[in-house]
Amino acid sequence: MSKELIRLKDVTMTFDGETVLKDINIYFNDKEFLTLLGPSGCGKTTMLRIIGGFQTPTSGDVLFDGVRINDVPPHLRQVNTVFQKYALFPHLNVYDNVAFGLRIPRETEGPDGKKQKVKLPKDEIDQRVREMLEVVSLKGFEHRSIASLSGGQQQRVAIARALVNRPKVLLLDEPLGALDMRLRKDMQQELKRIQQQMGITFINVTHDQEEALAMSDTVVVMNEGVIQQIGTPEDIYNEPKNAFVADFIGESNIVDGIMRADGVVEIFNRRFACLDGGFEKDEPVDVVIRPEDVDIVSEAEGQLRGVVTSVTFKGVHYDTIVDFYGFKWLIETTDYCPVDSRIGIKIDPDGIHVMKKSKYSGMFGDYSSYSEEYDEINDPTLIDDDEAEGTADEE
Amino acid sequence: MRNKRSLFAVPYVIWMALFVVIPIIIMLVYSLTVPVETAQGDVLHGSLENFTGMTLYAGVFGRSFWLALVATVICLFIGYPVAYLMSREGPGFQRVAMALIMLPMWMNFLLRTYAWMSILENNGLLNQLFAKLGIISLYNRLTGSDIDHFQMIRTSGAVVLGMVYNYLPFMILPIYTVLVKLDNRLIEAAADLGANSATVFRRVTLPLSLSGIVSGVTMVFVPSVSTFAISRLLGGGKETMLGDLIENQFLGGAYNPHLGAAISMVMMVIVLICMVVMNHFGDGEEEAMML
Repeated sequence: MSKELIRLKDVTMTFDGETVLKDINIYFNDKEFLTLLGPSGCGKTTMLRIIGGFQTPTSGDVLFDGVRINDVPPHLRQVNTVFQKYALFPHLNVYDNVAFGLRIPRETEGPDGKKQKVKLPKDEIDQRVREMLEVVSLKGFEHRSIASLSGGQQQRVAIARALVNRPKVLLLDEPLGALDMRLRKDMQQELKRIQQQMGITFINVTHDQEEALAMSDTVVVMNEGVIQQIGTPEDIYNEPKNAFVADFIGESNIVDGIMRADGVVEIFNRRFACLDGGFEKDEPVDVVIRPEDVDIVSEAEGQLRGVVTSVTFKGVHYDTIVDFYGFKWLIETTDYCPVDSRIGIKIDPDGIHVMKKSKYSGMFGDYSSYSEEYDEINDPTLIDDDEAEGTADEE
Repeated sequence: MRNKRSLFAVPYVIWMALFVVIPIIIMLVYSLTVPVETAQGDVLHGSLENFTGMTLYAGVFGRSFWLALVATVICLFIGYPVAYLMSREGPGFQRVAMALIMLPMWMNFLLRTYAWMSILENNGLLNQLFAKLGIISLYNRLTGSDIDHFQMIRTSGAVVLGMVYNYLPFMILPIYTVLVKLDNRLIEAAADLGANSATVFRRVTLPLSLSGIVSGVTMVFVPSVSTFAISRLLGGGKETMLGDLIENQFLGGAYNPHLGAAISMVMMVIVLICMVVMNHFGDGEEEAMML
């Protein structure tokens, strides 16, 4: 299949004694759209900066096409970056911003084997700049000043400025973070289209799980400087490795369970059929049940019985919080159940996902404090700016 | 008055009118008139005599602008690297450097210039040092001359030195202010696009600090061109500059305030033209491209 392009080997990064990345081992394939996903302070931006050459890892190796590039400065790497908030040159217009990289003479080996600086001819630069402006749908904006552009347009200039150099890898640092909701959705499609059109590797950094799932071929979930899981969006969503991943990607009810046998898990002293196996007998586990996988039935028919404590209309469905023996679940249902009504639920075997216990067990997946958590998810002020400085707010 | 807060500007407007606008008008009147003696005493007559007679002083104009230009260029070449270095260093270094730059400015200007006199004099500190180190005898042996000191004071070099010493902070500070605000991501972006550090400086840092350079050059050039204390104390009266010339017309032996006013007006106009040209240079994007 596709070949490996970049590899990080045992990469560790510490700032002032604080470990930001811990023994990272990961490889990036050619032509793949990969997203580093995690909360602020998880080390994802630092990882991107290491690949870009703006930071040198404290220990470990960065390999590009099998060659160690730890000490190669950014301007000699075949990698270009779309910076957070774009970092466009304010003293240049759109055209000159995009042409910036092309106008720099490149060192190549001449026919006599000597190194020489080669400048691209003017008409080739012109052709490539215009081509790229067309790719990002900014034809006719050549002579506009940067300050006169909207956020979405600036973003496109930043993408064009990076891609015009024909890098092997494009790094994107929270590329959609500064855009409003509508524009973000459009740009997700746009980025995916551009990536396929250019046929190169995109490494994207984001804290937005929806964006990661929508755009990526591969998602890398990170927390506290450690990779939690690598997989396709479907894998990450359906088969989360631990409670952190399950909670960070989508909504999850995470409850304690005991694996009684392959395909049988016990929750709240009731046995459920599931599809997971390979655990030891009677091993304590974390069980993930997605809110959309729960069917509400009458109290008598239910595998579990509980009391509805809150209902929120969300358009397509109701977010219903149900109290089961003191543990609150989130259930997404199209059936309206009034508050204080007693209901039963049924869960199909494929709606149950069993995970090994981890350090994150018991920290996530309880909707007792649902409303606060919901506010937090929707609070735009929590979008991180500069996680490299570790300014993450821990709630 | 629509905006009540604009009331606060009234004292300043009055101040401006009294001490800036009116004096300029008086100067203009002076420069365009000559006194004519009559039986009733002196009467002012309109005349361009002051301006036409000024060709006599073309040399002084030339020297003033030349020395000020040299001093400004030297300040720029010393000041820019200092400002650049400061802006790249940590806050601790920045504080110390800033204090060192500001410190001499808290000392009286004349005192500082007198200090330079005693350093540069024929039997001053530097010449004594050179004699002790044997540099003077070495020079004599090498060139076959017979001097007992280097002539440093009363040269244009001493005047330029005085200007650079006194006005250097005015070059450093505005450039530093611009550089320290420069977004580091722009520099990273340029490096990311293939620029080595020299190219980053030439195509990003320098164009974006042009506004600081323009204010620095203005703040050094204008006081340099009109200085009189520096040229008198360090130039020893041999290096007459516009400031000395003007002072001489008002307070000195060549008492002729009409001519003095005319010289001042011409100098003001030339400086204004320089500033307009400079400011255009600072704003223009074509210039940034040229660099």
